[in-house]
Amino acid sequence: MPFIANTDEQRRQMLADIGVANAEDLFADIPPELRCGDLNLPAGLTEQEVRYRMQALANRNRTGMVSFLGGGFYDHFIPAALDALVTRSEFYTAYTPYQPEISQGTLQAIYEYQSVMCRLTGMDAGNASLYDGGTAIYEAIMMALRITGRRRVIVDDSLNPIYRKMVRSYTTNLGIDLIETPSFEGLPDRARIEQELNKDTAAVIVQNPNFFGRIDDLSDVAELAHRHGALLVMSVYPIALGILKTPGEMGADIVVGEGQSLGMPVSFGGPYLGFMTTREKYVRKMPGRIVGRTVDAQGRSGFVLTLQAREQHIRREKAMSNICSNEGLCALTSLIFLSLLGKEGLPELAQVCADKASYARKRLLEVPGVTMRFPNKWYFNEFVLNLPMPADRVTRELLNRGIAAGFPLGRYWPEMTNCLLVAVTEKRTKQDIDFLAHALEVILCS
Amino acid sequence: MIPQGLLYTNEHEWVKLDGAVGTVGITDHAQSALGDITFVELPPAGKALSKGDEACVVESCKAAASVYTPADGSVTEGNAAVDEDPSLVNSDPYGQGWLYKIAFTDAGALAGLMNAEQYAQFLEEQEH
Amino acid sequence: MQLIFEKSVPGRRAVRNVASDVAEPVQIAKNLLRAKPAELPELSELDVVRHFTELSRRNFGVDNGFYPLGSCTMKYNAKVTERVSHYPGFAYLHPLMPQLPGGEMLVQGALGLLHKMDRALSEICGMSAFTMQPMAGAHGELTGAMIIAAYHRDKGNKKTTILIPDSAHGTNPASAAIAGYKIQTIPSNSQGFMDMDAFEKALTPEVAGVFLTCPNTLGLFNPNIKKIADRVHAVDGLMYYDGANLNALMGHCRPGDVGFDVMHLNLHKTFGTPHGGGGPGAGPVGVVEKLVPFLPTSVVCAHEDGSYYLDYDRPKSIGYIAPFYGNFGVIVKAYAYIIMLGREGLFRVSENAVLNANYIFRKLQPYFDYTLPADKPCKHECVFSASRQAKSGVRAVNIAKALIDRGYHPPTIYFPLIIPEAMMIEPTETESKETLDAFIEAMIEIAKIAETNPEEIIAAPVTTVVSHLDETRAAREPDLASLA
Repeated sequence: MPFIANTDEQRRQMLADIGVANAEDLFADIPPELRCGDLNLPAGLTEQEVRYRMQALANRNRTGMVSFLGGGFYDHFIPAALDALVTRSEFYTAYTPYQPEISQGTLQAIYEYQSVMCRLTGMDAGNASLYDGGTAIYEAIMMALRITGRRRVIVDDSLNPIYRKMVRSYTTNLGIDLIETPSFEGLPDRARIEQELNKDTAAVIVQNPNFFGRIDDLSDVAELAHRHGALLVMSVYPIALGILKTPGEMGADIVVGEGQSLGMPVSFGGPYLGFMTTREKYVRKMPGRIVGRTVDAQGRSGFVLTLQAREQHIRREKAMSNICSNEGLCALTSLIFLSLLGKEGLPELAQVCADKASYARKRLLEVPGVTMRFPNKWYFNEFVLNLPMPADRVTRELLNRGIAAGFPLGRYWPEMTNCLLVAVTEKRTKQDIDFLAHALEVILCS
Repeated sequence: MIPQGLLYTNEHEWVKLDGAVGTVGITDHAQSALGDITFVELPPAGKALSKGDEACVVESCKAAASVYTPADGSVTEGNAAVDEDPSLVNSDPYGQGWLYKIAFTDAGALAGLMNAEQYAQFLEEQEH
Repeated sequence: MQLIFEKSVPGRRAVRNVASDVAEPVQIAKNLLRAKPAELPELSELDVVRHFTELSRRNFGVDNGFYPLGSCTMKYNAKVTERVSHYPGFAYLHPLMPQLPGGEMLVQGALGLLHKMDRALSEICGMSAFTMQPMAGAHGELTGAMIIAAYHRDKGNKKTTILIPDSAHGTNPASAAIAGYKIQTIPSNSQGFMDMDAFEKALTPEVAGVFLTCPNTLGLFNPNIKKIADRVHAVDGLMYYDGANLNALMGHCRPGDVGFDVMHLNLHKTFGTPHGGGGPGAGPVGVVEKLVPFLPTSVVCAHEDGSYYLDYDRPKSIGYIAPFYGNFGVIVKAYAYIIMLGREGLFRVSENAVLNANYIFRKLQPYFDYTLPADKPCKHECVFSASRQAKSGVRAVNIAKALIDRGYHPPTIYFPLIIPEAMMIEPTETESKETLDAFIEAMIEIAKIAETNPEEIIAAPVTTVVSHLDETRAAREPDLASLA
C-alpha cells in the first residue's frame, strides 16, 4: 500500500504485542450493524497513473488565453525564488506553531508578515492571516461590533459583490442590521452614508480601489464614521498600496483584503490569503492567530502565539471567533513575495500595472461605441467600459477568439448589462491589449 | 487569608460596600487559578449593568475569565492602575488590584452573598 | 536571528519587474497617493533565499521527524500530490471563468474534479453530497451549523440550543454560537462519552442538534452512538459529526450509516494535504439528502451528457460562505491522494492508523496513567496523563519539551480538558514500527528520569534555538509588528 511503512511481518509482531489475533479485533468495539462493507471506489493507482489522470483533468481547463479577468483576483508574475522557498517542506509539513522552540521559522515569518502588512497598510498591528478577503470582511465586522457594542453595519455597494453576498450569509443568524448603500458614479455616496449613520452604527465598510477599479481618498468617509462613533473598515488590493494612499493615512480603523495577488496563483478560487491590520488600541479585539515578539530565559529574542485567551480553544462559545487556523503558508508566500520585490520594486510594479491599464483604457476607447461607464479619470489597474451591446454577448464571442476580455457586470448589477470590467496586470503586453482592442472592434462593427 | 468585611460571590468575586457604592475585585483564589494576569478589560464609567452581566474580562496567557455583576447598578469608575499594570491583580487582589466601582440600585440585593467564613468553607467544598 | 528588515541595505534589489511596454506613464493625482513608499526590505535575491532557508531550519515538520500531535493527523504528505496541484491547468485557472457566458465549458476539468471529489467523499462518509467550499475544519463546522439553522428555519422549528460534550474541541461551541445557538455543555464520563442521563435530561424539543466526534477525543468508539442519534432525531434534531477523527474509520464505518446528518472533514488531516504551518486547509461539509437544498451556493452538478455546470439557483441555500469553490488547490491534492489509495488503500490507512495507536497505547501503559480500560482497543489515537509524573514536579509540558530534545514533535498536551495533564498521541499510519519503537523508548526514558532526576526533564528543552519564551511578557506588552 502506498505510504504505509510496516511490513506484514512487523504488523504480526505488533498485533502479538498488543495481544490480539488480527487487525479486525481492533475494530471489535464498533457494533457490527454499524460496520460498512467495501467502499464503492475504484482500486488504487500508481504514481505514474495518478499524474496521467490529473494531467488529463488539468488539460480540460483553458488557461492559455489572453485574460483581462480580475474582479479582486489577479494574475501577477511569480518569481522562481518564491516557489523554491515556499515549497521547503520544513515550512509546509509543519502544523500551527504550538511548540515555539521548534517553530521559530513559522513564528518569525508570521511576525515579519504582520510587520510588512502593517507597513503596507499604514497600520499598527496585524494578525497571522484569515481564510480569504471575504471572510476577513466578516471578521472585521464582528470585530467592530465587539469594539463599539453596536449592531448596525453600513456596506457601500462598490465593495466586491461576492463579498457582500458572503457577509449577508454569515450575518443571517446574528441579528445584525446590515445596510447596503448604493454607490454614486462608482464611488461611495457620502450623502447616503451620512443619512444611514446613527448612534447604533458599528462600522462603515468600503473598498479601495473599489470593485469598479476606481480609486478614492476616503479620509472624509473615515471622518463621517468617526463623528458617529463608528469605525471605518477598508478592504484593499495590496499591490495597489505600492503607490496608493494608505488606509492608515485615510484614518481607517480596520484594514482587510485579499492577499492572493502577493505571489499566489489564481488557482480557481483558493487557497487565498485574508489579511487584517488595525490600530494599536484595538489589538485585543482582533480575531485569529497573532504572533508576538518576546524573550527567552536567556534574554534572546523569540516569537510566540499570543493574545489567545479570547479564542475558541479557551473561551469556547464565548470566543471572539471560531477561526483556529490561519493561511500560514499563504502568509509566508506573501512575505517572500514582498521581500523579493522590496521597497523600490513594489511601487514600480504598481506603476507598471497602472500605466498598462491607462494605455488599455485609451486604446479600447478608440473602438467605436465604447465609452467609460463613470466620468472620473482615476483608476488603478481595472476599469468599467460601456459597450454598445450586452457585455455577455461580447464576452462570449471574444472567448471564442481566445480572449477573456473581462467580467460582464450584469450578473451582479442588472442595470449594467452593457458594462464590462477589464483588469490589466504587468503580465499583459501592449500586444495583448492591441489584440483585445482589435477583436472588440471586429465584433462591435460586424 | 480571606479578608473580613467583604462580601463574596461563588464566581470568586469580592465586593466591598461603602454606602451604596461597591468596589469589586477577584479573590486571591481566582487570581491564583488564572496565573499571571496579562490584561483587564474594564467597564466604562456610567455603564449600566444588571445582576449577572459580564462587567469585565480578566485575561491571563491560558485563560480569560468573565467578572460578573453582583447586583444591578451603574459603574462609577474602573481601576486605571490595573489597566496600566495588570500584575496588581496577582500581587494585591484585595487592595490595589480592585477592578471597578459600582453604585448599586439597591445594595440590599447583595444579601445573598457570602461572608469570609462562608467563602472559606465554599472553597473547601469546591476542593472536594 | 535578525529580522529581515534588519538585513535591508538601501538601494539593493532582488527581482526586476517587467518594464512597461506602453509609451506614456500615468500620473495619478497626488492626493490619492501614499506619502512615501512602504518600508519593505531591500535585499538581493540571495539575501532573501538565505533568510528563508535559515528560517526553515528553525522549523519542524513531518518531513523532519515523528509528529504524533493528537487530533491533528500529521501523516506524510505525498510529494506527488504537491506536484499535480502545480499543474498550470489548475494553478492558473481564474475563478471567474465559469461565470462568463460560455465559460463553464472552459473549466470542465476543474468542475469534474470537484464533482468526483464530492462523489468520493460522499461514498467514504455515507452522505448524499459534499460542498468543497469551507476553507478549514472550523469553517466547515460553522457552515454545518448554518445548515442546521437553515433547516430548522425552513421547517418552522423553534430551536434554540445545541448540545456539545465537554470533551469536544473548543471550535464546536464557538461555531454553533456564531450560527446563533445557545450552547449546552454535556458532561462526559471517564471514557469521554456523553453522560447519558445528562444527555436525556438536556434533550428537549428546543434542541437543534448535537455535535459529536467519533471516535471521541479519547480515541474511543461510543457504543451508544446509534441510540443517541435515534433520540436526537426523535425531536427533529440533527446530528453533527466533527470529522477530525475520520482517519480511524475509513472503510470500516461511515458517519452517515451511524445516523449523522451533517459533517465536516479536514482534508489536511485524513486526506494527507500539508498543514502548511497552520493552513491553508480545507473543510468540506457533507449532508444527508434532506439537507442538500441548504448547501452553500454554488453546487457543482452534472448534465446528462456528462458535462458539468455550477448551480446558483438554490433558493434554500445558506448562501455564499466562500468567494468561489473552496481551497481548490488543496482539494486537488486530496483528490489525487484518494485516487492513488483507492478502495483498499483507504481501508488500510485506517487499519494501520489504529494498529499504530494501539501499539503505542499498549507499550506505554506501564509507564503513564490512563483512564481507558487497558484491555479495550483505542482507535487512531490514545491519551495518557502525566499525573503520576506530576507528583515529582514533571508536568505534561515538561515531557513535551523533553521529547523535543530527543528529536520528536510532542503530542497534543492539555487536551482533552477532561483529562488532567493530558498527552494525546496520534502516530498515523505512515510511521514505521522502528519509529514507534524509538519514540516509545524515549517516552520510557523520560518517565524513568522523571522519577530519579525530575530537574533534568523540567530543564528541557536544551537543544533548541531558543529556550522557554516569556509568554506573560508577550501578552502584557504586545509587540506584534516591527514598524518602520
